[in-house]
Amino acid sequence: MPTTEIVSGKSRIGRWLDERLGLASIREFIAHKTVPVHSGTLWYYFGGITMFLFVIQVLTGILLLLYYRPTVTEAFESVQFIVTRVQFGWLIRSIHSWAANLMILTAFIHMFSVVFLRGYRRPRELTWLSGIVLLGLALGFGFSGYLLPWNTISYFATKVGTDLAASVPWVGPALARFLRGGEDISGATLTRFFGFHVAVLPGLTTVFLFVHLALVQRLGISSPPWVEARYRQLGKPVPQMPFAPNFFLRELMAWYAALAALGVLAALFPWGLGDKADPFAAAPAGIRPEWYFLAPFYTLKLIPSHVWLIEGELLGLFGFGLLAIWWALLPFWANDRHGQERTRLVTGAGVLVIAYLSTFTVLGYFK
Amino acid sequence: MKSWLAWLALTLPLAAKDSCLDCHSALEGKLRAPALAFSNDVHRQHGFGCADCHGGDPLQDDPQSAMSRARGFIGKIPRTRVPKLCARCHSDASLIHKFRPQQRVDQLAQYQTSVHGKRLAAGDTAVANCVDCHSVHDIREVKDPLSPVHPLRLPETCARCHASAAHMAKYRLPTNQFDEYRQSVHWEALAKRRDPSAPSCASCHGNHGATPPQVASVAAVCGTCHALLEELYQKSPHKPIFAAAGMGGCAVCHGHHRVAKPSLELLAGPAAVCARCHESSSPGGMAASEMARLITSLKTALDRSDQILAQAARDGMEVSGAVLRQQEGRETLIKARVTVHTIQPAAVASHVKEGLAIAGETYRAGENALRERDYRRLGLGVSLTAIAITIAGLWMAIRAIERKSPEGRRAPGGE
Repeated sequence: MPTTEIVSGKSRIGRWLDERLGLASIREFIAHKTVPVHSGTLWYYFGGITMFLFVIQVLTGILLLLYYRPTVTEAFESVQFIVTRVQFGWLIRSIHSWAANLMILTAFIHMFSVVFLRGYRRPRELTWLSGIVLLGLALGFGFSGYLLPWNTISYFATKVGTDLAASVPWVGPALARFLRGGEDISGATLTRFFGFHVAVLPGLTTVFLFVHLALVQRLGISSPPWVEARYRQLGKPVPQMPFAPNFFLRELMAWYAALAALGVLAALFPWGLGDKADPFAAAPAGIRPEWYFLAPFYTLKLIPSHVWLIEGELLGLFGFGLLAIWWALLPFWANDRHGQERTRLVTGAGVLVIAYLSTFTVLGYFK
Repeated sequence: MKSWLAWLALTLPLAAKDSCLDCHSALEGKLRAPALAFSNDVHRQHGFGCADCHGGDPLQDDPQSAMSRARGFIGKIPRTRVPKLCARCHSDASLIHKFRPQQRVDQLAQYQTSVHGKRLAAGDTAVANCVDCHSVHDIREVKDPLSPVHPLRLPETCARCHASAAHMAKYRLPTNQFDEYRQSVHWEALAKRRDPSAPSCASCHGNHGATPPQVASVAAVCGTCHALLEELYQKSPHKPIFAAAGMGGCAVCHGHHRVAKPSLELLAGPAAVCARCHESSSPGGMAASEMARLITSLKTALDRSDQILAQAARDGMEVSGAVLRQQEGRETLIKARVTVHTIQPAAVASHVKEGLAIAGETYRAGENALRERDYRRLGLGVSLTAIAITIAGLWMAIRAIERKSPEGRRAPGGE
């Protein structure tokens, strides 16, 4: 029986489900859901691509869980087993790692497109905030997942990361102990990070993703103010395209393109395994975190050890904390007291943040 | 409070009156130099002063009184008396062990067995005594990198005399040892890799008891580091022959000061050392050729495996297991090279056979990895084609839908 008949409620099963789930109202909602059409419509696809990559992460993560063992003696060997012995294990692991990186990239693109298309404006402040939380959770996934193969690079990068946490005033040492499960990176850290990666973060992400999507459905997709103004002058509504099937099929094309990119990366550049971590060995030269942490990492390296009487690292962390809060509160400072949009300020801030992140990421990678 | 007491205890000896230093610091030239150099001297740091070697009374301000014979003043110490003067403290275990509990106290006894010591006892004052190597007035601990007897500086210190043609003329000793040593694998380790445990002059000749190793003991000297090689040499057919001919063991093939990095060229080829004694058609010459052939075959096989595994790793394939196994293969190569010292091709062959089996195994692992790479790329091509067809199909479906229901198309006037 065709799925369309079930969904449309024309079949017996469709009628049965309709009676119990109220599919008619969902159908009605979807039928009336539209997406604005303008020169920036392309950017709307990135939210969906990010979600698609998250689903890929969940699915490949579940498959990896069948073999992965989160102990110091078995973690590296179990990943090695997955990539060498398990049928298509190399593909699953490579796709999991590459999808994680692409997901963070598309999440950033999605965030900046929202900034430049002014999608954060009233009444979508909570949508923006929930998105910022989701980006933070994605970075948390990256940080916790990086340690799980228990190789040299991941071990020392996690050590550097948790050392940074320890330098936060007052709560730092307790926070570092909480993250590590002790004074140093050990089996307790691995178990803890595994717990964060497969239980805590997915749970939180599911909740915030639900909130984010619900808000998008409740408030609809925003049109940029200049598009709205132009059509207001013309006395016409902003052109729309039906979400289903027109926009959804286009989104599906984008997902396939993302899948193709993942396939190319996984097959031609399989994610390396490195050497098993040796806590007693000296840290190898050139230890650096994943690319999405490179900008703050490189900035911290540039700050002198002491600026006046303040420790440089502490000053850097304090600066990043303020910057993150300022950025998260963007919808609340994007308008002045009279409700006028500070368009130049927002665009300038967006350009500056992109310039800073890209420049320092490149510098951090090559230096 | 305790830290103040400790500071006082440490500085009191330095702060004690020493008229020798006070006066000589105010003098010029040769008379001032010892006073200046002594500030870096390990003895001064441990509370010893000029009078402990030179006698006299450093508490007297008047030079006549301070340097009076009545107060035990010796003045310049004759070279023949230097070793015994140093030994007054350095042979006294109860004194030395206050500063260095594990320090040896038999330096004088050893020195007296050395060529230097014997000649000095016979009145030859041109030979080295304690201060010639350890310096005088600015004597530093051996572990101090500025000490002339620090492991990394020792060869240059010995060469000051032994590379001097004028100094060695009357002993009729060659002066090319240092030049030869600087072309050796030992020098490379010492000077280029800055490895203080690398062999230098004292490692083979001894330090205080410096003596040229006798022909019979060359293998034993080399064997202090190369124990396994010495053991194999002792059992080899070369041992009795070299001993009977008065030839110096390891040095016959490897040289002494210019010990080059061993290679297969020692066995076969125009520079082969075996060919110096063995005709190529003789049993010895044929054994050498056979051992060279065996080792070459293993090295070639291992290199071939290395290449294919490196290619696979470059293409992102996981071959760490094979790379680890390859290390075991390299160990068999080392064993085969070491076994050359038995001069038995059959013994070399057993290691080569084991290594060739490993090289074959790792090469197959490399081949499998490259096959798997090609399979992945084929799979990628098929998948990309399927995805491209699906995307094209979706695009056609969208076009069809938008043609059928114009209200679903982008509204006219859109950007």
